[in-house]
Amino acid sequence: MMAWKLAFRNLAGAGLRTWLNALVLSLCYFMIIWHKGLLDGWDRFARTEKIEWEIGGGQCWHSRYDPFDPFTLTDGHGPVPAELASRIEEGRAAAVLIAQGTFYPNGRMQSVLLKGIDPDQSVIKIPSGALKAENGTIPAVVGGRMAETTGLSEGDAVTVRWRNRHGAYDATEVTIARVFKTYALSVDAGQIWIPLDSLRRMMEMPDEATLVVLSRGSGLPGSLPEWTVKNPAFLLSDIDQLIRSKSIGGSVLYVALMGLAMLAIFDTQVLSIFRRQREIGMQMALGMTRGQVIRLFTLEGALHSILAAAIAAVYGIPFLAVLAARGFGVPQSSDSSYGIIVAEKIFPRYSAGLVLGTVLVIFITTAIVSYIPARKIAGMKPTEAIRGKIQ
Amino acid sequence: MNASNGPIARLSGLVKRFPMGRGHFTALRGIDLQIMPGEFTGVVGPSGSGKTTLLNIIGSLDTPSEGSAVVLGRSIGELSHKQAADLRNHHIGFIFQTFNLLPVYSVYENVEFPLLLLRKPAEERRKAVLEMLEWVGLSDKIRSRPSQLSGGECQRVAIARAMVKKPGIVLADEPTANLDADNSHHILKTMVRMNENFGTTFCFATHDEKVIRYLRRKILLEDGRVTKDETVKKPRLRRAGT
Repeated sequence: MMAWKLAFRNLAGAGLRTWLNALVLSLCYFMIIWHKGLLDGWDRFARTEKIEWEIGGGQCWHSRYDPFDPFTLTDGHGPVPAELASRIEEGRAAAVLIAQGTFYPNGRMQSVLLKGIDPDQSVIKIPSGALKAENGTIPAVVGGRMAETTGLSEGDAVTVRWRNRHGAYDATEVTIARVFKTYALSVDAGQIWIPLDSLRRMMEMPDEATLVVLSRGSGLPGSLPEWTVKNPAFLLSDIDQLIRSKSIGGSVLYVALMGLAMLAIFDTQVLSIFRRQREIGMQMALGMTRGQVIRLFTLEGALHSILAAAIAAVYGIPFLAVLAARGFGVPQSSDSSYGIIVAEKIFPRYSAGLVLGTVLVIFITTAIVSYIPARKIAGMKPTEAIRGKIQ
Repeated sequence: MNASNGPIARLSGLVKRFPMGRGHFTALRGIDLQIMPGEFTGVVGPSGSGKTTLLNIIGSLDTPSEGSAVVLGRSIGELSHKQAADLRNHHIGFIFQTFNLLPVYSVYENVEFPLLLLRKPAEERRKAVLEMLEWVGLSDKIRSRPSQLSGGECQRVAIARAMVKKPGIVLADEPTANLDADNSHHILKTMVRMNENFGTTFCFATHDEKVIRYLRRKILLEDGRVTKDETVKKPRLRRAGT
């Protein structure tokens, strides 16, 4: 109790020096929480987008299908097993057939993935309802990036060529019925979504599918012959890995910021403690033990972090709350540079764990960097400390 | 332990050596001395004679190299750091030439500090601090910081701080060295009054004639040895204004 009282007294007495230290430290709190919150918000957004637009509650792949090997598309399809078919019937799953093709937007030739999906599905957010449109051509929906890179817009007709299961080439015209906006690149770039039945006819693959997307909360089926069940954790592993690598990068910044803050505190404490060695000598002469001196100065340093947390709360909470509500704008070029799901705006997410963890980590680190010089000075003989004799 | 039953400090064959280069420097060479309760005594001598070293050992800030120093019943050489701190905390007051006030504390807080270490209750602390500040004539400066005080006032705060816990002995190392004559006499008179009123033992280390005049016992230290130890029946106290 005495140490707390004296530490508070010392902090209050130090005036401007205390406030400057606390202000610098509060900026570190703010930057760390803001940056980690941004990463967490990004992480949550990316996962949500991927789940809502692509993976649902899990997927069943044809056993020969490998999304990273386009050659498997030729053989990676088969009749939908009865268990999955009944789920599709009940609206708890959606079959997707994938085929390779070429299309000719604005006179250019470009490889494309043709994806067939049931227009009535509601398992993922692909606006498949637009595929019900009938105007003599096959309706298609494409993502915003696909539309932007190919110069397509709603109502445009474009020729699509493909090779059916027998190796015969054929071509037809599809009409862009809808351009949808998504941040999930894996359902957007280089893909055209058309009605499942149309693609099955084009490929001569009746009742077949490449994969089946399960609805969220519907549970995973048991083992299926010729099909493999992929749970959400597996399907999110690439994005998790990416976020993890971004988090490591973020942690480097976290550590760098902490390091700078701690260096500032350490410097201040060293300067302060060694400048105050006469004072410390006098305190020892008045009867303070070495332990009490160490406790006092360690606490005094650590209290900077509490004060800094309070200061950071004053300006940080409103600022971060506004940022969380309005989102943090990301430059449009970020998509290509990051190569993953990046929204135009990221809504940072600040969990209690993040805030309390940051406060705790800074408190402990500050205490440690304060302890080191305090321990050094407390080891001095009082007679030398009183004379201000630096060791 | 009870100061009234025997000497406050008993030094026998006290030697203090400090390492210096490959050898050592001997600051005290076999001191035999006793300081009795209620004395107003001073160790007098030229610079480098060992006065401060002697006071530091009596004050348990330092330890003897040889011989023994028993202060308030405790052998200084055998005390742990904690025991030495405890002895200083409870029984010894210090006054230094440079005042050594805690700069970020107010006058009140500086004087209160030893009582905080003794974990005295708040009310008891307040009463003792105000009483002591009244004694040194600084009741109107309780909120001032040391930087706002004159040298004389700082030293009066240091006296109040040394006396507030009613120690067995106050050790004053050149307390007037940084003060003008008027302030020196003012604080010396204050200490004499305290000695008379509270029975506190005062031990000075000084070569200042102004202080020496007030002493009732003068221990002359030269080159680490006591060369003269005389009791003055009637100190030649200075008249005001001279």
